[in-house]
Amino acid sequence: MNRSRRLFIRDGVATVTLGFAAPAFLADIAQAQGIPGRRLVVVYLGGGNDSLNTLVSYQDGSYYNRRPTIGVPAGQVLQVGTDAAGHALGLHPRLAALRSIFNDGRLALVQRTGYPNSSRSHFEASDIWGTANPQNSTTSGWLGRYLDTLPRPVDALAAWNTTDETPRALKSAVTGVPAIANAATYNFGSPNQGTAAQQERNTAEVMASNPAPGRPHLALLNGANRGAIETLDRVAQARVYAPTVAYPNNGFALALRTVAGAIVRGIGSKVYWVSTGGYDTHAQQGAGAGGGYANLMGTLGDGLGAFYTDIRNQGLLNDTAVIVFSEFGRRISENGSNGTDHGAAGLMMVLGGGVRGGLYGTAATLSPGHPTLENNSGDVRYETDFRSVYARLLDDWLGVNSVPILNGDFNAGAPAIF
Amino acid sequence: MSQLDPDVDHLLRRAAFGAGPADVEIFRDMSPGAAVAHLVDYAGRPDDVDERIGRPDHVQVSTNNLFAPDIDIDDARQRWMFRMVHTRRPLQEKMALFWHNHFATAYSKLAADSGTRQAAKLLAAKPGSLRGPMGQIELFREYGLGSYRDLLFRVAQDAAMVIWLDGQFNTRAKPQENFGREIMELFSVGVGYYTEPDVYAAARVFTGWNVRKSEGYDDDDMNAYQEFVYRAEDHETSEKSFSFPIYSDGSKTIPSRSESAGMQDGIDLITALAVHPETARRLARKFWNFFVSEIHPPDPAFVTATANVYLQSGTRIGPVVYSILNSPWFNDPAMHHARFSWPAEFVARAIKEVGWQNFSVDKVRAPLANMGQALYEPPNVGGWPLGAGWFSTSTMLARSNFAAALASSQKNFIAVNLQPEASTPQALLAAMLERVTPAPFDSQPQQALLNYLLAGGAWSGSESQVSTRAAGLARLLVASSEYQLV
Repeated sequence: MNRSRRLFIRDGVATVTLGFAAPAFLADIAQAQGIPGRRLVVVYLGGGNDSLNTLVSYQDGSYYNRRPTIGVPAGQVLQVGTDAAGHALGLHPRLAALRSIFNDGRLALVQRTGYPNSSRSHFEASDIWGTANPQNSTTSGWLGRYLDTLPRPVDALAAWNTTDETPRALKSAVTGVPAIANAATYNFGSPNQGTAAQQERNTAEVMASNPAPGRPHLALLNGANRGAIETLDRVAQARVYAPTVAYPNNGFALALRTVAGAIVRGIGSKVYWVSTGGYDTHAQQGAGAGGGYANLMGTLGDGLGAFYTDIRNQGLLNDTAVIVFSEFGRRISENGSNGTDHGAAGLMMVLGGGVRGGLYGTAATLSPGHPTLENNSGDVRYETDFRSVYARLLDDWLGVNSVPILNGDFNAGAPAIF
Repeated sequence: MSQLDPDVDHLLRRAAFGAGPADVEIFRDMSPGAAVAHLVDYAGRPDDVDERIGRPDHVQVSTNNLFAPDIDIDDARQRWMFRMVHTRRPLQEKMALFWHNHFATAYSKLAADSGTRQAAKLLAAKPGSLRGPMGQIELFREYGLGSYRDLLFRVAQDAAMVIWLDGQFNTRAKPQENFGREIMELFSVGVGYYTEPDVYAAARVFTGWNVRKSEGYDDDDMNAYQEFVYRAEDHETSEKSFSFPIYSDGSKTIPSRSESAGMQDGIDLITALAVHPETARRLARKFWNFFVSEIHPPDPAFVTATANVYLQSGTRIGPVVYSILNSPWFNDPAMHHARFSWPAEFVARAIKEVGWQNFSVDKVRAPLANMGQALYEPPNVGGWPLGAGWFSTSTMLARSNFAAALASSQKNFIAVNLQPEASTPQALLAAMLERVTPAPFDSQPQQALLNYLLAGGAWSGSESQVSTRAAGLARLLVASSEYQLV
């Protein structure tokens, strides 16, 4: 097995070659594909989230023995009850907004998600979560395959990626996904004004519409150019948005604000992709409500809280689901730098108006030798296959058959989150 | 068509940053082989490009205060772009960019640790400019064509890398795996050729590889510095076993050593990784994508041949690059325009080809970030998403809008230069394509460009008509999909 990052990318060329095959979109195409329809917002925590400090098993003595410096004190956690195995659990103290959603019954916490032989490589692991294929993580993405099931022609804004790079999960055989990090700078500049500038835009569109037979790499670039030009005017509609709440001033929250604007303006995207980084916490995680990890939790909780409230105020919560995931959890014992190294199973969160909130799965027991652990008791062993959560999202939320998309039926034992 | 031999043009797109007017003068009469030698054997030419910063016939730099590229990251970014545009040793800058991606280290984490001045210094300080060791990028400039074993060793002992991958926390009591993992996954053999226990052993190997601060150190003092130190008391002395050979006799175990002798553990592992056949093959594949093609998968015969040159030359990169650029694979016309330009390459080439009169490289910093490549800020230790990964609607718009801004800034100069050659729209297009060199157009985009030139009414060749249409044409060419292929 030799799968370098570069080879992934080479394969990526092949999988997105036919991007933006759709002709110029029409607003009624979006209508035909389900406005007002359900949408999924995917939040990726980049770097490998330390799930044991997100949802704390605060009565497990081994948790504090193995994390003497970075353990979240029992007195600080935001209690969310007891799971099926009797573990008392609490959210990180900076996740007050999420606890409030949990108390509304609209936040599902799915513990110990993962897959056999968890990869500890960021790149391989994130590709596995993206492709939903631990055996071959170089294929198209699970959301890309979902988009490929939509009726043709697909709206150019069927999905909206708020980051610059198209994530593996959105790589598709036939559906291009625009990357719109900032609606405000999503425009077409010119050295001229007026008619000449408009003619440049028209010319660029004609040039990009060249199907470039025999030159698939050129066709791919034309797809990006055409996708940009085709989406300019509609994205401009989402540029001006007055939210009902104040979003925090950071990149993550502003991306969520952009998503909210697109939803409220009726852009009609089925999938939105948002990411926030800094989770590769090898060092200086801090403890409890202060320090590096607490800042990450504050960014996450406050951003999601603002988005949830805003969408609820707009009356759109019942059609919106948010999934939060990371490429792996982290090692149980803290390292010498008050951080944690790469681990295995982690926590998935799903929230939204249609979500059946609660605790799913069981926490690991962190004493060495316990069967809920692996890797010489260094890491948390997975209990729920992450693909079974994907299956729920596809079958029960987006309303498509998950089996061909996931290349298997993962519904058996899947958490009943909807 | 360009004014150079197509093979030389191809070489300059890959091993340099395209051809500006000065390059055309140098390379006009050179054979491809002579051009390769000129590019690779740059050590004989002085590295004098920085002395030309501020000259009016060069691209400009802008700064609010004193231009301080050794301690201010925005100035460092300007200096690097200036070098890409004007250096007489373009392969040196190209290799620095390659290694910057390979050993991807981000300013923001260093700044959070050591403050903005020290972080800039850790990455960008020129040797001898201030007290302390040279910045990481200067290592790449200095040793980028030297032995990879040597480079890997210098990077492992580079203060920026130690801080970036948390080496300062890697102690006997609690080995820290970040560097130990990445040196195998990303800097040498790659996933599939090491095991999880290898990661734990490698972490122990590098216990004690740390940084120390200069006497009276202060983040804000430009002459304060951090440098590598081996802290013997933090070193874990027991033996370390690996799944692959460490020594030439096939032994897979680094012996137990005393604390004071323990730095040898790391030297042994670095040597073993540098001469590992899979490192040779992995670098060969990376060089295939960097120099030869991102569209064609690496030819197995190329990988074998290049890995052999690497191993037989004692891991020296200069002979590897020389051999690649002279190889039949590189010189196959099918490889022309078979690679996706990196944003920094795109910007440097566009400036060289369109012009830089009164244009400041300060104006490229924000566009580069929007294109996905802020220099000194790779997204993670894996480097940037290369190839097709550079391109999304958003990053394509960023390239397009940079083309618009550059063409706008050069509007008058383009008009003055091209008006004598603009008797017809066809003549203007031909003249522009001698300077601005996208991959060949199919008939549909070619016709669209001519239609654009004619869309302003009957062609008169007047100054105002040429001014408008030539700038618009430059914008369209640089923003075209064809131009992104190099």
